[in-house]
Amino acid sequence: MNSREKILQAVLKNQPAASVLPDISMFGGNKSEAVQQYLEIFKTIGGTALEVADFAEIKTYLQDNFELTKRTVTTLPELGDMAEMLSQTVDPHTFEDVELAVIQGHLAVAENGAIWLTDEVMGQRIIPYICQHLAVVVSANQVVPTLHEAYAEIGIGNYGFGGFIGGPSKTADIEQALVLGAHGPLSMTVFLLTEMS
Amino acid sequence: MKETQIQDHATLAEAFIQDEERVNWHDGALWFIREKRDLAAKKIPEWENLREVASQIKHNVISNLHDYLVQFEENLTRNGVTVHWAADAAEHNAIVYSILKAKEITQMVKSKSMLTEECHLNEYLAERGISVINSDLGEYIQQIDNEPPSHIVLPCIHKRKEEIGALFHEHLGSEKGLSDPTLLTRVARKHLRNVFMTRRAALTGVNFAVAETGEYVVCTNEGNADMGAHLSEVQIASMGLEKIIPQKKHLSIFLRVLARSATGQPITIYSSHYRKPRPGQEMHLILVDAGRTRQLARPDFRDSLKCIKCGSCMNTCPVYRKSGGLSYHNTISGPIGAILAPNLDMKKHADLPYASTLCGSCSNVCPVKINIHDQLYKWRQVIVKEGYAGYTKALGMKTMAWTLSSPGNFTKAGKAGRWFMQNLPFMINNKFNPWYKQRELPEGPEESFAEWYAQNHEKEEPVYK
Repeated sequence: MNSREKILQAVLKNQPAASVLPDISMFGGNKSEAVQQYLEIFKTIGGTALEVADFAEIKTYLQDNFELTKRTVTTLPELGDMAEMLSQTVDPHTFEDVELAVIQGHLAVAENGAIWLTDEVMGQRIIPYICQHLAVVVSANQVVPTLHEAYAEIGIGNYGFGGFIGGPSKTADIEQALVLGAHGPLSMTVFLLTEMS
Repeated sequence: MKETQIQDHATLAEAFIQDEERVNWHDGALWFIREKRDLAAKKIPEWENLREVASQIKHNVISNLHDYLVQFEENLTRNGVTVHWAADAAEHNAIVYSILKAKEITQMVKSKSMLTEECHLNEYLAERGISVINSDLGEYIQQIDNEPPSHIVLPCIHKRKEEIGALFHEHLGSEKGLSDPTLLTRVARKHLRNVFMTRRAALTGVNFAVAETGEYVVCTNEGNADMGAHLSEVQIASMGLEKIIPQKKHLSIFLRVLARSATGQPITIYSSHYRKPRPGQEMHLILVDAGRTRQLARPDFRDSLKCIKCGSCMNTCPVYRKSGGLSYHNTISGPIGAILAPNLDMKKHADLPYASTLCGSCSNVCPVKINIHDQLYKWRQVIVKEGYAGYTKALGMKTMAWTLSSPGNFTKAGKAGRWFMQNLPFMINNKFNPWYKQRELPEGPEESFAEWYAQNHEKEEPVYK
């Protein structure tokens, strides 16, 4: 008998009598306050979140706040004139020198500031992790109150990789002192776009 | 019981408390995290419901584990992930080695995984010419200092920044005397970027494995799991059997309670859902038993398998905070470690269920409502019954049993005790009595309650006024 069979047999023998799954449908939040809550929470996490009317506003913000002479990549065609459209086929190691990545997010969660992204909008999986600064554009309509609404929207999905990203990379491993920029981005900016709504 | 070579919790804790300033600081640092947890929990009106539901879901997992494991395996295979099963640490390590050897890989980067710490994977691979670097900052610091993690979430919480600065100076060539946390983090960031860029294989742990979809979720704040995984050509995940959850929507419950319980954050910065390999990449997942099916068979202790490794029981524990994680001589320390460890090796860890005041704070903060303090108490009984209690403890308990077995014995023992305390206090207040350490014994009372009651009763006066 191999280990698989041995383990499964032991589990079957030792597991207690079956219990039912609880109903979790009662959990959820208030949609009407979600955008305001998102903006506040994301700030407390150490990120920057702002409502913008259109891509022109996003471009102005990026020009004013980032060094666009350094490598800037995007998956958004609207930003194709100011950033490199990122290739989905090159070796991911080639993105090591990316200063700023601007990508689209599927939805934003008000209670915790997290944005849901899949490999489809990342361009390449490594992008939101390897860049020095990350900016994400999400439709203001796509802000949900809690993770319960988020998972209802995500459903089973058909992505190869997906992730919630809720702020700049951080650590407090040295004497509990909060440091932004552990291994991933040093900063994260979220644009809640009203025009996309 | 013959004392084993390793020192027990009390001995190791005694060494830790020599430095009073450090103990007070350690105590305060952990209590600060406990307070952050409280603030985060209180912001969620349905918090107690979430705990209850999380506990019920985990109970369902434990009671249907066989079917969920089969379903998870099927979905992983469909997603293009190779599944391995390991009965114990040795088999787990051999599987990792065979995967790396097939690709002629000699260097690997690993994000936080208590399971691989428990399996001593790094040492095993090092003996076979494969070097592993731990990429979580705290684990990296512990690795270069040749120490295991002292806390499952905050691996080097017991270290001062000056000590870390000295380690970085020695191992990474940073400026001597550097102790600023931000600057130290930058030094590690630069060094570990190079590691991520050059490692062909990356291993991660698993926080939650969804049976319904075959995806697994890894939570970090640093982004180290993703940096390793997305740059690797071989991605390996090691998980204990109990990490399964039934359906994807259940992630909403667990991700809401995990980080709030752990550090008071509303969610970890990264909650990554790994499902399929990217083109050209291999993905492997190893399901590890290593004692879990044995724990499943113990009705009093199987609920410990609900643990989601948030560390909140450690942060709140008065014994952990004042004795430090390393004094538990087990990968997982604190209250949860003390109920998991005896299942792994009862003789070696017989001391751990005693490293508790049974105050119950651990059970009150546990996000999946494990009755940790009840299990600590129950383990003590199992350990004594199986003959693993230390000699002095066993003798003390036998004496206590004799004393309490009849009123006559109790009265005689009480008289004797009072006489010694009044007439020969040095017989009790000396270094051979472990209860005298850090304690002053009170003066012996003139009479016992029974004697006092008998006297007052005769006078037929009411006892309580």
